[in-house]
Amino acid sequence: MVTEEAVWEALAEIPDPELPVISLVDLGVVKSVEIEGKRVTVELTPTFLGCPALETMKGQMETAIEALGAEPRVDVVLDDSWSTDRITPAGREKLRVAGFAPPAPRSAGPTTLVQLQSKAFRCPHCGSTETRLDNIFGPTPCRSVRYCESCRQPFEQFKTI
Amino acid sequence: MNSVPQRSKAELLLELADDELILGWRDSEWTGIAPFLEEDVAFSSIAQNEIGHARALYELAARDLGTDADALAFDRRPDEYRCAPLVQLRRLEWARTIARHWLYETADAVRIEALRSSEDAEVAGLAGKIGREETYHRLHAEMWIERLLAAPEGRARLEEALLELWPYALGVLEGGLREAFAGLVRERLPFSLPEVVAIPRDRHETELGELLEEMTIVRRSAPAGAQW
Repeated sequence: MVTEEAVWEALAEIPDPELPVISLVDLGVVKSVEIEGKRVTVELTPTFLGCPALETMKGQMETAIEALGAEPRVDVVLDDSWSTDRITPAGREKLRVAGFAPPAPRSAGPTTLVQLQSKAFRCPHCGSTETRLDNIFGPTPCRSVRYCESCRQPFEQFKTI
Repeated sequence: MNSVPQRSKAELLLELADDELILGWRDSEWTGIAPFLEEDVAFSSIAQNEIGHARALYELAARDLGTDADALAFDRRPDEYRCAPLVQLRRLEWARTIARHWLYETADAVRIEALRSSEDAEVAGLAGKIGREETYHRLHAEMWIERLLAAPEGRARLEEALLELWPYALGVLEGGLREAFAGLVRERLPFSLPEVVAIPRDRHETELGELLEEMTIVRRSAPAGAQW
């Protein structure tokens, strides 16, 4: 019989479809793994509800579980349980090395314009905090675009969710 | 939720889902032709989020109604859609697009906040998720309001657009939620908006029929399901 540990290990091998530097486990979208005989039930929490990679993630997880000789069931959880705080420390470091600024920690209240326009965001290329918000929206729903005044490079900043 | 008039959970979810789907479609009409690149990206991204919210809301409603999300999104008759007339209006010029965006996001925030304390755990959970994403839409809209109010021409154009859309915006919510929304809007603006009669949800603009015709064409031409 397949063990829970083996399932987590298999899921940790799956790269995020849009950011292959980080795995689905690093991304924190695997909420739970439950085993009942041959049946493996995984709860998957979407990052953003409109994320087009969701179906791909689901399919990849099913394939990985089938490869262990088990019967997969992937349930997409439609609640507020995923947060960028769930990205693992290793995952955040992988993002930074790949040139993406990791998300700021979730604060008690909703994100404000003052926070977004503050200089609390560090450039992933040169480490400067002389950066400004260029666009709240970026190439995918989970990222904003910022510009570093020190090294004069634009960079993608993960939104805090 | 005593401020929302009596309707079933599924009816309430469909109103929300229809608003998000149709507005998402309207926002996507700016893809490729927005006044500048940042706004092209922003409206495309917002559209993607709204349609994602619609899908999740349709899925919850579908569980109650014994159907599926695609059937609710694409197979109903035009007169069965419950979206507010505000979101039905087709590609407005830029000041009106921004005015609608801000009015809708402000109203939606009031509605989502109320739903977060729903006794139904599924509805409350999904509202929490949607609310977090919508925060970024509101901040984007607010930046535009600040920008437009900062100069006389922007202010004049915003005022004209808001006056035109005000009866539509009031129709998004009812009862106490509508009053809360109207209060937030009036508080933010340096000019006043008149007391007007709200345009109700059961009114269908001709633009909605045209939109649905276009939106459902793939579904209608491949009833067994399109293969990509």
